[in-house]
Amino acid sequence: MKHLLSIEDVSREDVERICARAAAFSENHEREIKKVPALRGRTVLNLFYEASTRTRSSFELAAKRLSADVVNFSASGSSTEKGESLKDTVQTLSAHRPDAIVVRCPWAGAPALVAEWTDAAIINAGDGKHEHPTQALLDIYTLSRRLGSLDGAKIWIVGDVLHSRVARSNILGFQKMGAQVTVAGPPTLLPRDIEAMGVEVRYSLDDLHEADVVYALRMQNERMQQAYLPSMREYASLFQIDERRLGARSLLMHPGPVNRGVELSDEVVDCAQSLILEQVAAGVVVRMAVLFELLAASRAFDPVPEHQSA
Amino acid sequence: MTRRKEQLLVRGTAAEADLMITGAHLIDPRAGIDGVFDVVVSDGQLAEIGEPGTLTAGPDAEKIDGSGFHLFPAFVDPHIHLRTPGHEHKEDIETGTRSAAAGGFCAVLAMPNTDPVVDSASVLRSLREAARREARVPVGFLAAITVGLEGQELTAMSELRAAGAAGFTDDGMPVESAGMLRKALQYQQMSGGVLALHEEDPSLSAGGSMNEGAVSAVLGIGGIPSTSESTMVARDAALAGYEGGTVHMQHLSCAESVEAIREAKRLGYNVTTEVSPHHLCFTEEEVRTLDTRMKMNPPLRTEADRQALIAGLIDGTIDCIATDHAPHSAHEKEVPFEQAPMGTTGLESSFAACYTELVRSGLMSIEMLIEKMTCGGAIFGLQIPQMTIGESANLVLVDLEQEWRVGEDGYESRSENCAFGGRMLHGRVLLTVADGAVAYRQRSFALSAAPDLDEAAQ
Repeated sequence: MKHLLSIEDVSREDVERICARAAAFSENHEREIKKVPALRGRTVLNLFYEASTRTRSSFELAAKRLSADVVNFSASGSSTEKGESLKDTVQTLSAHRPDAIVVRCPWAGAPALVAEWTDAAIINAGDGKHEHPTQALLDIYTLSRRLGSLDGAKIWIVGDVLHSRVARSNILGFQKMGAQVTVAGPPTLLPRDIEAMGVEVRYSLDDLHEADVVYALRMQNERMQQAYLPSMREYASLFQIDERRLGARSLLMHPGPVNRGVELSDEVVDCAQSLILEQVAAGVVVRMAVLFELLAASRAFDPVPEHQSA
Repeated sequence: MTRRKEQLLVRGTAAEADLMITGAHLIDPRAGIDGVFDVVVSDGQLAEIGEPGTLTAGPDAEKIDGSGFHLFPAFVDPHIHLRTPGHEHKEDIETGTRSAAAGGFCAVLAMPNTDPVVDSASVLRSLREAARREARVPVGFLAAITVGLEGQELTAMSELRAAGAAGFTDDGMPVESAGMLRKALQYQQMSGGVLALHEEDPSLSAGGSMNEGAVSAVLGIGGIPSTSESTMVARDAALAGYEGGTVHMQHLSCAESVEAIREAKRLGYNVTTEVSPHHLCFTEEEVRTLDTRMKMNPPLRTEADRQALIAGLIDGTIDCIATDHAPHSAHEKEVPFEQAPMGTTGLESSFAACYTELVRSGLMSIEMLIEKMTCGGAIFGLQIPQMTIGESANLVLVDLEQEWRVGEDGYESRSENCAFGGRMLHGRVLLTVADGAVAYRQRSFALSAAPDLDEAAQ
C-alpha cells in the first residue's frame, strides 16, 4: 500500500493485517512507556483544511507514539487564505520532504489529487462528503474486537447519510468484512440511489431491534435551515436512538462528537452497549497501524519492536 | 425609419481559396451529392464539381489529392464560448475560431457570458470589430437576454438585434423567473432573435457538481437531478407556446427533457434543441475518477439518458449537435472536482467523437451526422453550408479511416480541458474551407500534400 485514499483501495486482507497491528500496538498502550521507535526520523505532515480536533489529535498522537516528527499545517492563517491553490500548497510543503501527508479537506477526491503532486504517502483523513477511511478502519477494529468477526453481522447506520463521509466509508468497509448494512433516516437525508451501494433503505426505526450494531451519525443543526428537517424535535422523536429503540443485544457506535438528546439519548451514550469510548481509543492505535503500514511495513520492521518487551 | 440589419457573421480578412481537390468522396445530403468527384474552388467560390479527371483548374490553383478521403459541407456550431472579453487566458477570438476551423467548422456562434457580459450594443460592436480582425472562421455573437445575466432587466433586444446579435441567451444561467422569460418572449415578437435557453432550476441544482444518482451517492458529491433541467424545459416550452415565441433549448442532457421537447413539438410550438457530443458519448460513470474534464453543466447523466438523447437526435426531436465548447485554463481545472469550473472543450473532437460513437457503431448514417452538424446555425438564421455552385465554399475534407488520439498533437484552443482528451477516435479533419478561405490544414496532411520542393523550385 502506497496511500490510503479510499476504503475501496484496501482488501479484506489489508484490513485484517492493519487490525492485527493495531491490536499489537494497543497491548503496547498498556505499558508505562507507550512510544515505539518504528518511525524515528520520519516526518508526518498534517494538512488540515477543515477544523478538526479529534481526528487531527488522533493522527498527531499516533505519529508521535511511533516516534515520527509531526508538523501541523492548518488552512486558517496560512497561505491558503492568501489565495494559494491546493496544488501550490502541496508542492511547497513537499519541498520539505515529508514521508506522509495526512489530508483533511472539504472537497471530495482532494487527497487523490494531492497524491499526484507529491512523493509522500497520502492518508485521507476525510474528503468532503466522500470518505473517511481511517474512521471505517477504526470502527471495524473496534467491532471485531467485540464480535470476533463481522461476517453476517447486521449493521444499521442511522441519520444524515447524505452529508456523511463516515457513512460512505463505513458502508463499504463493513460490507468488505462481510456485514449486511441497512441505512435509516428521513428520506431528505438519504442519498438518491444509495441502494446501488448494496444497502437496505429504511425510513423508520421500527425494525431497529434486529440490528447487531447500531451506528448513529451526527446530526448537524444547520440541516433545519436548509429544510432537510422540519425540526430537531421531529427528528429526535422519529430517529433518536434511546433505550426503548436500542435492542437489548445491539452494540451502539457513533463517530463523535455526540449531540446528546438529538441522535442519541443521554442514557444510551454511557450504557454498557455503547462502544463510543472504545472507538476513540481505537483511533490512535489504528492510525498508528496505518502509518506503520504505509511507511514501515514494506521495510520488514516488526510492528512491536523487541526492545520494549526485553 | 428602419435600421439596417447587420450581417450576423463576421471574420478576419483571408485570402480567397483557389483549389482543386481531386478524387474525394463528396457527400452533401441536402444537395443530393454522393460520389467521387473533383472539385474546383476559385476565388473562394465553389466553381465546379465534375467526374474525376474532367476538370481543369487555373494555373495558380493548389492541387490537393483527396483520394481515399471524404469531402463534406463544413460544420456549424451554434454554441461555443470564446471567453472574450474578460477571460482571454482561457480562449480568445483567434484561438477559439482556430479551434473551430480545426474541427471542420465554417461558422460558430459565441455565447455572451463574458466579462463584461454582451448585454449592450457597444460591447457587441467592439466584439464584432475584434472578430473582423481576428476570427479565423465566421463568427456570430448572441447577446444576453437579461442585463448582466442577472435575470432582473431585459437587455435592449431591438438595438442589439440591429447591432448584429444572432439571438439572445443567458447561457450559463437559466432565466429563473417565468415572468421574466415571458416578457422576453413578448418582446421577441418585435425585436426578433431566437431565445436560447440554458434550462436549470437552481433550487434543484444548487450545491450540485454532477448528476444525482448512483455515482453521486457513492462519491458523496452533491447531485444535480435531471428534473432540474426537465421541469424548466417543460415550463419554457409552455411559455413559448402560449406567447407564440421561438426558443432554442441548449445542451439537452436527460430523457425527460427529450420527452418534454417531443411533446412541445407535437403541439406545434416553435422549439428547437441541441445536444453535445459529450452527452452523446459519455455517462456519469466517467465521473467516478473525479476527472475535472468530465465536470460540465448540465452534467453527464445515465446510460438511459444517453440512449434517449441518441434516439431523440435520430427521430428529429433534437435538431442539431452543438459542442458547448467551454475552455478553462489548466490551473482552474487542476483542483478538487467540486471546486472546478464547469465545462469541456469540444470543437476539435466533435466530428470524430460523433462519427466514432454514432456512425461507425451503426446508429446513424454519415448523411444524418452531416445534417446534424451543419444545421445548428439555421436555427439562428444562418445559411446552411451546402455544395452549391457559385456560392462561397464551405468544405471540410476528412479521413474517416484515420484513428488518432485526441490531444496527441496538442490543441488549437488555448485550453486543454477536453473530455475526449486521450481517447482514440476515428475520423480526422484534414482541411477546412470556411467562407471561401482555407481556415485549417492538419499538419501532417499539409506536409504530405505540399508539392515536392524540387518540383516547386523548377
